[in-house]
Amino acid sequence: MQWEIVIGLEVHAQLSTHSKIFSGASTAYGAPPNTQACVIDLALPGVLPVLNKGAVERAIKFGLSVGAKINSPSIFARKNYFYPDLPKGYQISQYELPVVQGGTITIQIDGAEKTIHLTRAHLEEDAGKSLHEDFHGMSGIDLNRAGTPLLEIVSEPDMRSSAEAVSYAKTLHALVRWIGICDGNMQEGSFRCDANVSVRPRGTEKLGTRCEIKNLNSFRFLEKAIDYEARRQIEILEDGGAIRQETRLYDANKDETRTMRTKEDANDYRYFPDPDLLPVEISASWIEQVKSALPELPQARRDRYVAEFGLSAYDAAVLTASRETADYFEAVVKQLPAQAKLCANWIMGDINGQLNKEGIDISACPVNPPQLAALLTRIGDGTISGKAAKTVFESLWNGELDKNVDAIIAAKGLKQISDDSAIEKIVDQVLAANAQQVADYRAGKEKAFNSLVGQIMKATQGKANPAQVNAILKKKLDE
Amino acid sequence: MTLSVSDVKRIADLAYIEIDDNEAKETLTQLSGIFNLIESMQAVDTSTVEPMSHAQSVVQRLREDEVTETDQRELYQSIAPQVEAGLYLVPQVIE
Repeated sequence: MQWEIVIGLEVHAQLSTHSKIFSGASTAYGAPPNTQACVIDLALPGVLPVLNKGAVERAIKFGLSVGAKINSPSIFARKNYFYPDLPKGYQISQYELPVVQGGTITIQIDGAEKTIHLTRAHLEEDAGKSLHEDFHGMSGIDLNRAGTPLLEIVSEPDMRSSAEAVSYAKTLHALVRWIGICDGNMQEGSFRCDANVSVRPRGTEKLGTRCEIKNLNSFRFLEKAIDYEARRQIEILEDGGAIRQETRLYDANKDETRTMRTKEDANDYRYFPDPDLLPVEISASWIEQVKSALPELPQARRDRYVAEFGLSAYDAAVLTASRETADYFEAVVKQLPAQAKLCANWIMGDINGQLNKEGIDISACPVNPPQLAALLTRIGDGTISGKAAKTVFESLWNGELDKNVDAIIAAKGLKQISDDSAIEKIVDQVLAANAQQVADYRAGKEKAFNSLVGQIMKATQGKANPAQVNAILKKKLDE
Repeated sequence: MTLSVSDVKRIADLAYIEIDDNEAKETLTQLSGIFNLIESMQAVDTSTVEPMSHAQSVVQRLREDEVTETDQRELYQSIAPQVEAGLYLVPQVIE
């Protein structure tokens, strides 16, 4: 039987506020344990939560950027469960009327676009951390993270392969960073994915029983966990078994998922509106204000790059993978508006390649946009060849000669010979010295032409303009 | 809606409450009373009433996103039963 995989994702994006969602404690990462846990985070008796405007604003920003409905009023609910890193005995989350309702994300898959629908995105607080090792049979609790604002973004079960799920997660990851609501640092847990996976016979509508895989903290693990889980479910069904609804954990070392808890012993969270928090009113003027401060979104930029610069959809997608890359491209292309494709190629090729190799971000790129533009200008006006440009680029990257492109070209003698008479002189010399190949060419051996071009380039140390060399040589041979 | 003793035991289990058979029977009587009360309330037509999420008709005040708390770990941990290396220690809780 042919099986279809059905995937929905829940992503927890940690919001980039300075203070916690319900207290004035800092959210900075990496502080000594419990130095950023105040009376509210510790849930001491008699304290009350006060909602952080910055957290709500970031949720609105997200909602507007995915075309969702912003609920007003929006209400907070208590989600009850017992665990020592949750000192209140409940997590403040949202159940009915989340800030963000609906919306869509467009992903690129196999060169085509696909729309993934969002169910909702709601605000909630993070829990603390439990450390289970080495405390004489006790657990150690660090509540620094307790109360850190999260936006939980829930998709519809719209994805049909691990590749689509990864594309969605990457697009979402780029978007939250683009609009500046989350730093996206996956190592520090700022962007965490849970995947709901089920399978069904291809062509049927009814959803199969799903399993939820928790806490996937890299795109690679997300892909591998989904692939493993789909295979596991298909094997069970093909053996005549049934899938049990459960929560599973992905073990990266063994590349498998295993049961964490089953539906039968699942908690009943007893959600109810939190009496400590009043309904949040989000006025039309507040929404308008957030909207006017939104940057141009990735999708809009992609479309503009295709329309304005004639780039391919693929190039436009690569250049808008992050806002920093897109801004870099625009700063370069502003100086060479007629050479957008050349700018795009250099950023996607040489710049990205070198950044990846050295593991640095484009915001820290040693070659800045004006310097790259200066280099590309010299290719465009014929001063240097594409090959020589690579040498200049290397010098720029290494910070030689104050990163002055013209000084580097002069110092390294990379200036292209574009003077017809100079090239003609060299061509004549080469022809005189290679009578045999000239005869071969005239006898119909096309290969001899390339050999002659090679000789000429060698004689000029690669500095002759190849297009001119070709034209002059052809003219002389055909005389 | 009719509850059974096994329903009561399951609810108690989910709520981490330990009850014996006698307590379960007693609780069953009390819970059934509450369900009856809910049933009579459900007879009221509320189709035109907007659900209320809070008893007061005021809206939430928001605070600016500013760090206003300082590190008072020592003070807070002075009343904790057990601490070590800055952590609060609790009975082990691995699932």
